[in-house]
Amino acid sequence: MSAANAILTVERLTMRFGGLVAVDDVSFEVKRDDITAVIGPNGAGKTTMFNCVTGFYKPNAGRIAVARRDGRDYLLERLPDYRITREAGVARTFQNIRLFGGMTVLENLMVAQHTVLMDASTFTIGGLLGLPSFRKAEAEAIEKAAYWLEKIDLTPRADDPAADLSYGEQRRLEIARAMCTGPELLCLDEPAAGMNPRESAELNTLLRFIRDDHKTSILLIEHDMGVVMDISDHIVVLDYGRKISDGDVDFVRNDPHVIAAYLGVEEDEIDEAEALAESGGAVAETAS
Amino acid sequence: MEYFLQQLINGITLGSIYGLIAIGYTMVYGIIGMINFAHGDIFMVGSFIALALILMLGVAASAPMAILLVALLGVLALSMALTAVWGWAVERLAYRPLRGSFRLAPLITAIGMSLALQNFVQIAQGARNKPLEPLISGGFSFPANPAPGQFSVQLSYMQIGIVVTTVALMVGFSLLISRTALGRAQRACEQDRKMASLLGVDVDKTISVTFVTGAALAAVAGMFFLLYYGVIDFFIGFVAGVKAFTAAVLGGIGSLPGAMLGGLLIGLIEAFWSGYFSSDYKDVAAFSILVIVLIFMPSGLLGRPEIEKV
Repeated sequence: MSAANAILTVERLTMRFGGLVAVDDVSFEVKRDDITAVIGPNGAGKTTMFNCVTGFYKPNAGRIAVARRDGRDYLLERLPDYRITREAGVARTFQNIRLFGGMTVLENLMVAQHTVLMDASTFTIGGLLGLPSFRKAEAEAIEKAAYWLEKIDLTPRADDPAADLSYGEQRRLEIARAMCTGPELLCLDEPAAGMNPRESAELNTLLRFIRDDHKTSILLIEHDMGVVMDISDHIVVLDYGRKISDGDVDFVRNDPHVIAAYLGVEEDEIDEAEALAESGGAVAETAS
Repeated sequence: MEYFLQQLINGITLGSIYGLIAIGYTMVYGIIGMINFAHGDIFMVGSFIALALILMLGVAASAPMAILLVALLGVLALSMALTAVWGWAVERLAYRPLRGSFRLAPLITAIGMSLALQNFVQIAQGARNKPLEPLISGGFSFPANPAPGQFSVQLSYMQIGIVVTTVALMVGFSLLISRTALGRAQRACEQDRKMASLLGVDVDKTISVTFVTGAALAAVAGMFFLLYYGVIDFFIGFVAGVKAFTAAVLGGIGSLPGAMLGGLLIGLIEAFWSGYFSSDYKDVAAFSILVIVLIFMPSGLLGRPEIEKV
C-alpha cells in the first residue's frame, strides 16, 4: 500500500444503526488523481460508507484520513462537518439532489465559496460597504462560478432559481457547486442516476476533465456499470457492509466474489469457481 | 383630510417600530424555524439599556442640537451593541443546547427566557414606569399658523428621525441579505442547514449572527419607543412583541419584505382605528385584520417560498 499517493485512507470503518451493521470493518484507499468507484448491490452499505467519509455520519469505529497535497493531514471523523469542506478539501453531491432550490443557480455556486468571501468581507461590514478587497474577492468568485457554469452548459440559466432546472441540469449544477469549494477530493453519490445515455456520456467527459485538468481525485458511488467500467481507475466492491473486492476494472470484472454478489451464488460455489480460476488454463485445455 | 394625514404620519412611525422588531422574529423563524418569544423582551431590554445610557451620559434636551444628536447616535450604537450581546446570550444559553431536540423544546425555553428577562428587569429596575423627558421636540406644522378651530398636522423631528433611520436600516439590512456572503449563507442555512455546513458554512455562527442582528434592530426599536413615548416599563416587550410577531405573520413569516410591510400595516391599522373609531379596540382591530388575512392568504401577504427569505 503506497500511503504516499493516497488522498483518502479509510481504515476499519464500522457504522451501526441499532443492531444493523451497515458498514463492517471496511478499509480501502483512494489514490490521488484517480477516479475510484464504490459499487455493490442495493443495501451493500455504499451510501453509509460515503456519508461517513463526507462527515454526514460519525462512524462507530475506524479512521478516515485525508492527506492534502500541501502535506496537511485530517482525520475526518473528528472534524465538525463545515470544516471537512473548508479545511480537508472534501466536497460531495447527493443521490437525492440537495441544491438550494429557492436561490439562483449563480447563488448556489457563490454559497460554495462562502469561506473565501467571508474571510474577505471583514465581518460582513466590508462586504456591505463594498470595500475594494471584498469586491475583488467577489469578482473572482463570480468568475469561478461563471467558469463552472460554462463547463456544465448552464451559463444562460445563471439567474434562474435552481429548482427550475431539469433533473440532469440539477445534477450537473451540484457537481459544479462542489467544485466551487475548491476540493481535492470530490465525492459523488450516484451522479448518473436518472440520466439518459447521452447525458451520462457527457458526465463521463466532465468527470475526466475534473480529474485531469483540475487534479481533483474522485470517489463515486454508481449503479450504472457502463459509467463505472468506462471511467474508473480503481473499483471497491461492497456487499452486506463488507469489502469483497478491490482493484482495477479488469480485476474486479473477473473477480468471482463480485460475480457471486451480483448474481447471487452460494459460498461454496465461489470456492469452486476460485479453484477453477486457479487451474483455469488446465481446465480450458482439457475442455478443448 | 388633515386628520387623515396626521393619522398616516402616526401610523407610519408606529409601523417603523413594529417593523424593526418584526425583522427579528422573521429572520429567526426563517433560519431555525422557531418563534423566538423572548424577542419582544430583548426589545424591552434594549429600551432600558438606552434609558440607562442616556441617564448615565447626562444627555439632556437643553444641550445644543448638534451635541444632542451626536450623543443620541452614540447611545444608539452602544445600546445596539449591548442588546446584541443579550440576543447572542439568549441563543447560546437557551436555544443552541436544544437544537436537534424535539420541536416544542426551544419554544418552551423561549417562553421561559421571555419571563426570565421580564422578571430580571422588574427586580433589577423596579416595576414602576420609567419616564424620560422629551429630548427632541419641535417639528413642522401644516398649516404653520392654523386659523382658530382649524386642524393642524404635526410632523415632529422625532417622527422624521424614526422613519428615516428605519428606512436606512431596512435598506442596509436588505442589501446585507441579498448581496453579502453572510446573507447568502443565512439564506442557504434556511433552506438546508446540513448542506450549507457541508459547503463550509459555519451554521452555528450564522445562526448566532442572525440573533445578534435581530437583537440590534430590536434595540433601535427600543430606543425609538423610549424617545417617542417617553415612558417605559418592564412589560412593554410583551405587547410590542406580540404586535411585531403579528406583523411578521401578516407579512408572511420568514419573508424579510413581508416583516417590513406587516409592521407598517399593523402600525397604520392601529393609528387609523384609534383615530376614527375607538382606541380601546385598536388591538382587536389589528388582530381581526390578521385573522381575515390569514383565512384568505394562509402564508401571509408575501409569504411565498420564492420571496427572498432570511
